[in-house]
Amino acid sequence: MAPSSADIPASFVINGSRHALTIPPWMTLLDLLREHLHLTGSKKGCDHGQCGACTVLVDGIRLNSCLILAVSRDGADITTIEGLERDGDLHPLQTAFVEHDAFQCGYCTPGQICSAAGLLSERHAHNRAEIRENMSGNLCRCGAYTNIADAIEDVMAQDAAAREAAE
Amino acid sequence: MSLTENIHIGRPTNRVDGRLKVTGQAKYAAEYPAADLLHGAIVGSTIAAGRITALNVEPARQVPGVVEVFTHENRGKAAWLDRSWRDEVAPPGHPFRPLHSDRILFDGQPIALVVADSYEAARDAASLVSAEYEVREHCTELERKRSEAYVPPEKRSGIPPPPDPRGDPEKAFEDAPIKISRDYRVNAEHHNPMEMFGTTCVYEGNDKLTIYDKTQGSQNAQGYVTSVFGLKSKNVRLINHYVGGAFGSALRPQHQLFFAVMASLELKRSVRVSLTRSQMFHIGYRPDNYQTVSLAADREGRLRSIMHDAVASTSHYEDYQEAVVNWSGMMYHCDNVKLSYRLAKLHTPTPCDMRAPGAAIGVTALECALDELSYEVGIDPLEIRRLNFASKDENTDKQFTSKALHACYREGAAAFGWDKRKSVPRSMQDGHDLIGWGVSTGMWDAFLQKAEATAKLSADGKLEVSTAASDIGTGTWTILTQIGADAFGLPLEDVTARIGDSTLPTSPVEGGSWTAASNGSAVQAACEAAKETLFKHAKKMANSPLADSEFEDVAVSGGCIFRIDDPGKRLAISEIMHAADLEEIEEEGKVGPDLLQMMKYISYTHSAVFAEVRVDEELGIVRVTRIVCAAAAGRILNPKTARSQILGGVVMGIGMALHEEAMTDHRLGKIMNHNLAEYHIPAHADIENIEVIFVDEHDEKVSPLGVKGLGEIGIVGTASAVANAIFHATGKRVRDFPITIDKLLAA
Ligand code: FES
Ligand code: FES
Repeated sequence: MAPSSADIPASFVINGSRHALTIPPWMTLLDLLREHLHLTGSKKGCDHGQCGACTVLVDGIRLNSCLILAVSRDGADITTIEGLERDGDLHPLQTAFVEHDAFQCGYCTPGQICSAAGLLSERHAHNRAEIRENMSGNLCRCGAYTNIADAIEDVMAQDAAAREAAE
Repeated sequence: MSLTENIHIGRPTNRVDGRLKVTGQAKYAAEYPAADLLHGAIVGSTIAAGRITALNVEPARQVPGVVEVFTHENRGKAAWLDRSWRDEVAPPGHPFRPLHSDRILFDGQPIALVVADSYEAARDAASLVSAEYEVREHCTELERKRSEAYVPPEKRSGIPPPPDPRGDPEKAFEDAPIKISRDYRVNAEHHNPMEMFGTTCVYEGNDKLTIYDKTQGSQNAQGYVTSVFGLKSKNVRLINHYVGGAFGSALRPQHQLFFAVMASLELKRSVRVSLTRSQMFHIGYRPDNYQTVSLAADREGRLRSIMHDAVASTSHYEDYQEAVVNWSGMMYHCDNVKLSYRLAKLHTPTPCDMRAPGAAIGVTALECALDELSYEVGIDPLEIRRLNFASKDENTDKQFTSKALHACYREGAAAFGWDKRKSVPRSMQDGHDLIGWGVSTGMWDAFLQKAEATAKLSADGKLEVSTAASDIGTGTWTILTQIGADAFGLPLEDVTARIGDSTLPTSPVEGGSWTAASNGSAVQAACEAAKETLFKHAKKMANSPLADSEFEDVAVSGGCIFRIDDPGKRLAISEIMHAADLEEIEEEGKVGPDLLQMMKYISYTHSAVFAEVRVDEELGIVRVTRIVCAAAAGRILNPKTARSQILGGVVMGIGMALHEEAMTDHRLGKIMNHNLAEYHIPAHADIENIEVIFVDEHDEKVSPLGVKGLGEIGIVGTASAVANAIFHATGKRVRDFPITIDKLLAA
């Protein structure tokens, strides 16, 4: 893509590394990630904020990256599915998704996992019904919902046990 | 060779591609980078029928970054003859040729492709393309075309037309003491896989292409490209390693493939074209349909007459067909049967196979009607199904290779607690909620298709199995790895499956629930052949401990080949290869249907689906709180991924029951809810408990592996079980799917 005179400087910390960029103001965060930084783990399922496939963590909050103009989040700390692993170890949610077969085609999966990570840190959901309610912005056409709920419940229980042990 | 113990087959096994999918490393078609990549955006027509009289592309050309705008006036070279555009699964008719002429046959039909150096520029410029039209009268309303319905003159390959009538169904209906005749409709549905259709066409120079496409058949799509563009087969490689769902929508090449390749050849650059979510409503769909089911029974509930008529939509350019009514002639025993199926042309794109095409709508109507009949007779809805059990396929007079449906009824009912059901509608309240329990039978074909595979064993004992199959979320990567691992007694890590590439051994498209049976059996055959070659070399070695053995006497495991009855007599694979001066052994395997057996036998998967709903009568809200799906599907290779297949089918069945429908403004011929906010599919909150049971079913005839396939059976019978539960809860029968709040309140 040729640079245009409308381009604006913006910088981000993405998965721990700093990116100082000059980007057109009309570029969404999702397109910035996928097309320009080749972080294609974040998926595009609608481009309209209707499916959740593009969910990433922006300053720790789960957001639909297709609805965000990248420049509007200048300075943000962004975590995508590619940044959830720690030293080669999968995030507990990633492990639980594999164990519970919480996906089929895998296309909604990065969004589901990032959304679930956001959900866990929000601590809004305390039971399965609340998990289902609070994950309803993430569609899965393969219909892996019950397995996704199992995976999240599993990690929620691990978290609770870890907190109890710490107290 | 006797089989060594299966360690992987039959055991719940995590997906071998799981790690790639949860880390975002699995790459889908629109995610491959290419140097100097161009982006294409498609412009659709804004009318449903007529001709383009003028196109204004100048404003689009002015947008910085735009490289070219293609319309029917300057479209690149492509085949003239209709038949060059036919893909493997095309129905009879004239395949859609994008930008072929000024004619418009459906709303949203592509009229231009804008190509630019960025996605944003292409999208922006596409919004500036405008057209003038000579508008013709259109019709998108099946109701208005019902009277013009016709029997398709040319049959679609692979789809059996309804059988001839048997007995005297009209008279039997007349004479029977108990009868019903009801009209049903399942509104048009759209597949809406989460991944939007996309193609990245990498131009390698000299008309050589590597194409990443969202397709269920790399070879079908590759064949389409070479045929349409007159390219040499060796110059076109098509890859579909990961496919973000499809459900039938990617069986046929969709037009983003055409556009990416056309632009790439014309501009001699790499090009990516993706459809938008809204544009995905202008490709194939599950046809709209009207069905009439007439059933008659004696006083005990034995079926005396079955009549099932269906009219379904198709496009103006192809006669799409699926088996809608045939199921009514073989699911139950009945001597008097009449089935009919007709089409009506609408200004829509050609419908496209969608999960359990035909059965998903036809069985829904039959199973609701049978439920209605059970209340007329006054017997339990499960009992009427057992009573009318068909022990052979009465359409073709063939024996089933297996049919463990009674076990499905029994085990499903036990898990569900069906015996606690109160028979009278509206009798199972819980506080404010009405509770309802419903049941349905499900049925789907078990096919074995021609497929080929190779197995390559290397001196270090590692194995690679290859076939041009696809994994659209079905678990193909994993089951092929399991099959290879068990053949050579290897851990999964030592086996690599290669699929999703048109250069691999011949495979059918991934559909019809036939991949596990067909490609799985081909891989197994290839492994057996490779083992046999290994054995021959082992036998030939100087002082071979296996010199007097036959192939049947040996097994392979732990990197050795050994006598089963005397495991001390063994040779290491590396030793054998070294002695024979080989780096690797590669052999082929092939499978195909046994035509002789098919004269006597036929194979189906069966299921029993039990549903519980809670209905808030004042608000008309229905919640599906429990589903038990018991399936008889032959041998289960991987209970974990198999279960997921059923879960997915059930969820889509709940969508059919309660949510999904394309809403068309017929005055405009336009689908109005062309997005995921307004075209409702089940979300997390809609899905509560689903239990999957696989009953024991041994079938040596259905496929060499004994596998039947699971991709579709989960959806068949789910919508009817839910509808039947809603009737049981409320006493209201809604026969127009989806059963939305308004319909339930008005009933
Ligand atoms: S792609 Fe962002 S919500 Fe669908
Ligand atoms: S796994 Fe395919 S859409 Fe969720």
